[in-house]
Amino acid sequence: MAERPRLLIAGGTVIDATGERPADVVVSPDGVIAAVGGGLAPGAAGDRTLDARGCVVAPGLVDLHAHLRQPGGEQAETVESASRAAVLGGFCAVVAMPNTSPAIDSAAVVREVQELGRAALCDVEVAGAITVGRAGGRLAPMGEMAALGVRLFTDDGHGVQDAAVMRRALEYASDLGVRLAQHCEVDSLAAGGHMHEGEWSSRLGIPGICAEAEEIMVMRDVALSRLTGAPVHFQHLSTAGSVAILEAARRSGVAVTAEVAPHHFTLTDECCASYDAAFKVNPPLRPEADVAAVRAALAAGTVDAIATDHAPHTPDAKDLPFEEAPPGMLGLETALPLALTELHMPVADVLALLSWRPARLAGIDAAHGGPVVAGRPANLCVFDPEATWTVDGSGGASRSRNTPYAGRRLRGRVRHTIVAGEPVVIDGEAQR
Amino acid sequence: MSGPPAGPAAGAVTRRHLLAVGDLGTDGIGQILRLADSFAEVNARPIPKVPALRGRTVASLFFEDSTRTRLSFETAAKRLSADTMAFSAGSSSLSKGESLRDTAQTVTAMGVDCVVVRHRSAGVAVQLSRWLDAAVVNAGDGRHEHPTQALLDCYTISRRLGSIEGRHVAIVGDIAHSRVARSLVAALRMLDAAVTLVAPATLLPPAVDGWGVGVSSRIDDVLARADVVYLLRLQRERQERALLPSLREFHERFGLSAERARRLADHAIVMHPGPMNRGVEIGAEVPEMACTTIAEQVANGVSVRMAVLFWLLGAQPGTASTADVAAAPAAEGASPAGVGGG
Repeated sequence: MAERPRLLIAGGTVIDATGERPADVVVSPDGVIAAVGGGLAPGAAGDRTLDARGCVVAPGLVDLHAHLRQPGGEQAETVESASRAAVLGGFCAVVAMPNTSPAIDSAAVVREVQELGRAALCDVEVAGAITVGRAGGRLAPMGEMAALGVRLFTDDGHGVQDAAVMRRALEYASDLGVRLAQHCEVDSLAAGGHMHEGEWSSRLGIPGICAEAEEIMVMRDVALSRLTGAPVHFQHLSTAGSVAILEAARRSGVAVTAEVAPHHFTLTDECCASYDAAFKVNPPLRPEADVAAVRAALAAGTVDAIATDHAPHTPDAKDLPFEEAPPGMLGLETALPLALTELHMPVADVLALLSWRPARLAGIDAAHGGPVVAGRPANLCVFDPEATWTVDGSGGASRSRNTPYAGRRLRGRVRHTIVAGEPVVIDGEAQR
Repeated sequence: MSGPPAGPAAGAVTRRHLLAVGDLGTDGIGQILRLADSFAEVNARPIPKVPALRGRTVASLFFEDSTRTRLSFETAAKRLSADTMAFSAGSSSLSKGESLRDTAQTVTAMGVDCVVVRHRSAGVAVQLSRWLDAAVVNAGDGRHEHPTQALLDCYTISRRLGSIEGRHVAIVGDIAHSRVARSLVAALRMLDAAVTLVAPATLLPPAVDGWGVGVSSRIDDVLARADVVYLLRLQRERQERALLPSLREFHERFGLSAERARRLADHAIVMHPGPMNRGVEIGAEVPEMACTTIAEQVANGVSVRMAVLFWLLGAQPGTASTADVAAAPAAEGASPAGVGGG
């Protein structure tokens, strides 16, 4: 890559955790930010200029929660195809969930995914399973996986049902410098459910999942975090009760953090009235009051991150009866625009949720999440916060097309994405 | 913040379907009940057959076993001179490795005019209506709806009691898992009957606030003022999922024993969609009592399903433009029975 040109990102407004200023950004061929300031001119001939006028130049986004489907689910997505969707959505790093086939529950599978990640368009951080086969019983070798760089562990797709197993996992991992994350769902309460239990499920005749199936595990893990002193990260919280428990726990000093998914602040359970399995997701879409509570928690800073829960499924799988189709929806290409369109928050606050706060939680803030200053790795996202566009039903760069947002008008569009100095997206086009 | 995006693909052919009772509106229900009267007259003839749907093909697509409903639809289609065919499908599309959409497209390729579908999952009829170029009749989808059952029940009530408006209907038993209950409540509320759901909380849907019905767990209080007692089948496996302590206790608290049946008002009727569990939701001797309408419901089912098929498909063959399909069966006063009788 020695022949890579110098990059000049010209005419934009830099926004990072330190504030906002109009500035050009120069990226040196070694992938590091060389200079940030006003009126930087192109240098030698052969320098490449990326137009950023009218755009925000931000630290690249970081997704704590993406299903890349490799190994085992290549018909729906690959590490490469997901990474293309990621960079088109402004993400420079994604955390790959371990519910693959086989599960990422050993050093060997971690290495395999890391190897696939080296050819990806963005950084791929691997999350490991807490228990062997994500079965909730024996502990997976977290030490061996941590030694390979794994910083986040979860049985996502399932919560760890057994409180004693979760307690031991938290204790065992406490000296590894890692974070355990929980998919909060009590199986015995959620079993057989396919959407939120309430007025709409009653009308539609679809078996429901009560909000308490999530909230009871959030409560339990707050208690386990207090007991063990180990941090717990809550994945895709979706109910008013969950965020209230989270808020109270944080106020009392328990080391818990949380993410929410874009669909939980943009869609309600009423969407299921179409019986279109594109709206089937786990945790399920919730009623208006929960959506409002999730938005309020984002605005208040109680929630640490927006994470996509990008979950590709082939059209075949989604063209099944609602109760037979698998849960999950695409998210990487729509997360930032949905946040900009729907949250009515300052752009810097949206970026905190999508970039620097998740970068810290993933343990990758040395390279990701900014600030945008000379000497930092050039992981950058350049987007036009005012450009509007319509989501099509093609699913974008994903191998799947299970987006629930087809036809939706959004504001904010990624223009360029630079990963470790390489412009992987230019003018909205992936470069490889 | 917004609700669901636009539903069915724009540009889809406007076809009539019967997916849920609510699709019909009060006028539609009235039309079908009047058509059913005409077909009941046909069914009373020595040769109960009219050529109203000659040349039309009605396919039954039953992903879940239901001999009663399937035979009722088949009989109805044959008495209208429609061609019939039956796809017997496994209980799960997944188990066959074929998506619902692929199955639907296979059916379309055979050139059918109407698909009668039964599936154990809610919403399948709605999904098929988006994918199929044929009229879709929901013959039961999971816990969601079973609209022709509700129509035949309304028909039976109005034949027995002379009216539906203002009547008080108690629906008793496993409401939560019942598609029959959802359709019946919708139909009865549209026709201005009063409805009380009688069940333990474990067998009620999670939220019925918007349904416009009363809820009670005291059957004896409700029976005293009921014109209709509608009993639902209780699946025996419910007690295994901690929804009930035992069938015996259910019968004790919610079953219509002969003793309870004798305390009903003289004009009151007892209905059941079948198949019954004698000694569980209904006392062993009750089905033979004069107040029960169970056999009538079955007989009326054929007339009502003839009415539904005619309402959906009753345009003249060869002129099946959208306008014809939409307009022809709606014609008030036209006697479909006369079409064949003349």
